[in-house]
Amino acid sequence: MSFWEFFTSNIREIFDQTLQHIGLTVISLAIAVTVGVLVGVVLTRYPRFSTQVIGTVGVIQTIPSVALLGFLLPLLGIGVTPAIIALFLYALLPIVRNTYTGIEEVDGSIKEAAKGMGMPDLQVLFKVELPLAIPVIFAGIRTAAVTTVGVATLSALIASGGLGEFIFRGIALNNVNMMLAGAIPAAILALLFDFLLGILQKQVQRFLKPILIGAAIIVTVSVSWWLGPQIFNNSFIAGFPSEFMGRADGYPGLQSHYNLSLDSVQLNPALMYDALKEKKVDVISGYSTDGRIKAYDLAVLEDDLHFFPPYYPAPLIRGEVLKEYPELEGVLGKLGGKISDETMTQLNYQVDYLNKPTIEVVKEFLTELGLETSIERTGGSDIVIGSKGFTEQYLLAEMLGVVIENYTNLDVDLKTGLGGTKIAFNALVQGEIDMYPEYTGTGLFVILRAPEEVQKAIIQDKEEVFAYVKEQFKELYDLEWLEPFGFNNTYAMMMRREDTEKLNIRSISDLKAYLSQ
Amino acid sequence: MPIIKNSATYGIHKVIMKNSFVIIAHGTAIKEYNGVVGNSQNSQMAMIEAINLTKKYEGVTAVDHVSFQIAEGETLGLIGTSGCGKTTTLKMLNRLLEPSSGRILVQGKDIRKDKPERLRQGIGYVIQNGGLFPHYTVAENIAVVPRLLKWKEKRISGSTDKLLEMVGLPPSEFSQRYPQELSGGQQQRVGLARALAADPPIVLLDEPFGALDQITRGQIQQEFKQLESLLKKTMVLVTHDVFEAVTLCDRICLMNQGRIEQIGTPKELIFQPHNDFVRDFFSSNLFQLELHVTCLGDLIPWLENLSPREGCATLFKVKENLLSILQHKNMGQNGIGIGDRHGHRILTTNCENLLSAFYQYKKSILN
Repeated sequence: MSFWEFFTSNIREIFDQTLQHIGLTVISLAIAVTVGVLVGVVLTRYPRFSTQVIGTVGVIQTIPSVALLGFLLPLLGIGVTPAIIALFLYALLPIVRNTYTGIEEVDGSIKEAAKGMGMPDLQVLFKVELPLAIPVIFAGIRTAAVTTVGVATLSALIASGGLGEFIFRGIALNNVNMMLAGAIPAAILALLFDFLLGILQKQVQRFLKPILIGAAIIVTVSVSWWLGPQIFNNSFIAGFPSEFMGRADGYPGLQSHYNLSLDSVQLNPALMYDALKEKKVDVISGYSTDGRIKAYDLAVLEDDLHFFPPYYPAPLIRGEVLKEYPELEGVLGKLGGKISDETMTQLNYQVDYLNKPTIEVVKEFLTELGLETSIERTGGSDIVIGSKGFTEQYLLAEMLGVVIENYTNLDVDLKTGLGGTKIAFNALVQGEIDMYPEYTGTGLFVILRAPEEVQKAIIQDKEEVFAYVKEQFKELYDLEWLEPFGFNNTYAMMMRREDTEKLNIRSISDLKAYLSQ
Repeated sequence: MPIIKNSATYGIHKVIMKNSFVIIAHGTAIKEYNGVVGNSQNSQMAMIEAINLTKKYEGVTAVDHVSFQIAEGETLGLIGTSGCGKTTTLKMLNRLLEPSSGRILVQGKDIRKDKPERLRQGIGYVIQNGGLFPHYTVAENIAVVPRLLKWKEKRISGSTDKLLEMVGLPPSEFSQRYPQELSGGQQQRVGLARALAADPPIVLLDEPFGALDQITRGQIQQEFKQLESLLKKTMVLVTHDVFEAVTLCDRICLMNQGRIEQIGTPKELIFQPHNDFVRDFFSSNLFQLELHVTCLGDLIPWLENLSPREGCATLFKVKENLLSILQHKNMGQNGIGIGDRHGHRILTTNCENLLSAFYQYKKSILN
């Protein structure tokens, strides 16, 4: 399918997402302008606080967006409100800083002349300082606007909508057209905002007061508008990561397999468990070995109609690397079949909930298995091991690294935290990494996109799935699947345990029955 | 006493000042000074009176027990090296800075009794570079204070045009221009017009001509001196240019490290310095300054009437200073005629005679 075809067939959704995106941007920007200009002006009156305040605002901007969203989650939940607040916080720095420096940099003799002629302080501000600082303040607002359009795509991770939905689903599903359908409108929006603000800037000397008043009105109206429905939303909501939303073995398949229909929102996989724990959503599609199942006392719903396919992780390695270092197959075989579902959940739990360092958990586990862990090499990088961006992948990558360094003469370099299947797989194919842990199910559905009749034929048998992906990967990409670790990290529907007990839901069928009441 | 006799032309208050300046000069003697004012000079109320002004910044004393009086219509020059406290003193007069201690009376009233804005609206303020608002036209700049005072628009535009005319900038050509389209000298003129817009009785000038080149400065200083609307103003001028102070000021207050070293007429400071600091301060240009503060009228007792060919000599007025006469382009060719204020010739002399009279005059003051 060409991009244009995708674009025209999804025009309705793109339009909606664009509108949501504009909404998020305009509202958070208006709040940031109101608060930022106010703070900046106040700082010029109390300059001894300026370093601390601008420093603090600057620190906020250095917090990674997902971390900030995670921090806001327990306070504000998911959806539009925390997204707007996060965007507002990110937009604050350039506006506060530019307002402050803009006014500070107005020629001292001009300010003194204004005061010396007997202008009251407010008039000095409105008639002299602000008009003269406007170009600098506006430069700050334009920077903030462009940043906000960009960061607003990230807010899709906490179910606020916007063009980020397409971008992240596109990345997760290896669908370039879908990614572009989000990215291109976002880029155009950024340019458009910049352009419009540029026009406004020329007129602003005349319209300074109306603009400030307008921003304040947008703030009040929108805050009450958006907050209202957010607070009183009581329906049963599912939170799914963008990848799950689009995959054949994810929500679409689940829907048809169980004839289940849910009100669903898009969530970042890292935030989804917290969202469930904080009762912001009621059911999520987690991973069956996640440590937080134990930590947050969640209950996994039984897949009674056997929908979720097997996801057995195994080291996926480039053929030529294996040819160069054939000893790797034997060495990594030491890990083959050694990790059970319970063990993996336990390891994840130690990292996610007990906050132990990954490497420490890995070494303890390997020592238990009776493996050597003492050698640590630095410097060279004969083998580069990648991982996707969640705990289990970090653990497996570290594990592979420790074993290789202890049982071969090779130096290992880690490139962990790659943002999804597509990114990790492309890095592998292009030789940026030499191996990473991949799941058989993901190989079958996402990478190979095996024909439906093949899927149906082998889906129930984990051995057959492994044999199929091993053969296909070798042929198509010259990649080798080594021996699987042993556990099955499949998708699993999970809820808060108290809910499952109260509502008497044990399986996905029970959930369907409950929802159709 | 030649001093008193010669300065009688400045008006009676000058003489009063002269009698009291010795006491004024040092803050430590302030009680005595107040006593003098209280006893004999009550009838002559000062327009501005600074009493024991002190300003400290984090332990550093910028202005240290400074007291002075400025009579109505008088121009006082605050001079001294950078950091001597002259600008700080000026800014306390319109409350851009508040003194750490001491009081300022304007027309007998403590300036802290009213809002600072009200005070400032009644005091013209001219600063270096003009301090014009770059986003306002020339006319809008001049109209700032009248607008603050809520004048009617018609009155404002009328007075703006008059002021521009007065400072030599035709309103039709200049009123709609922006400051950055003007030359430095023109900006300074607009700054002056703006300070005079509401016709304040007091004008404060902080290095008003400091940023101009030599030629423009001299030109504007001359125009400034001749501006009729400034004649009745009480003015305080901060400058580091000795010639500017001598040219424009009735009295000069020389400051050093926050204290007044000497306050008096230019002639007093130059011919009768109180201490080495004052002497050193003027020493580098002493001869020129001496010529500058001496006028033809001062020399009359020592001048011979050479009565050369009548009518050929260039006629100078009695109040003309020697420096400008000696620098005059026709000087010396046909002798120097001296006329009274109506232009009637009193006597005719020449350059040699003039200089010897000057030395005799100087000796008479110095003994």
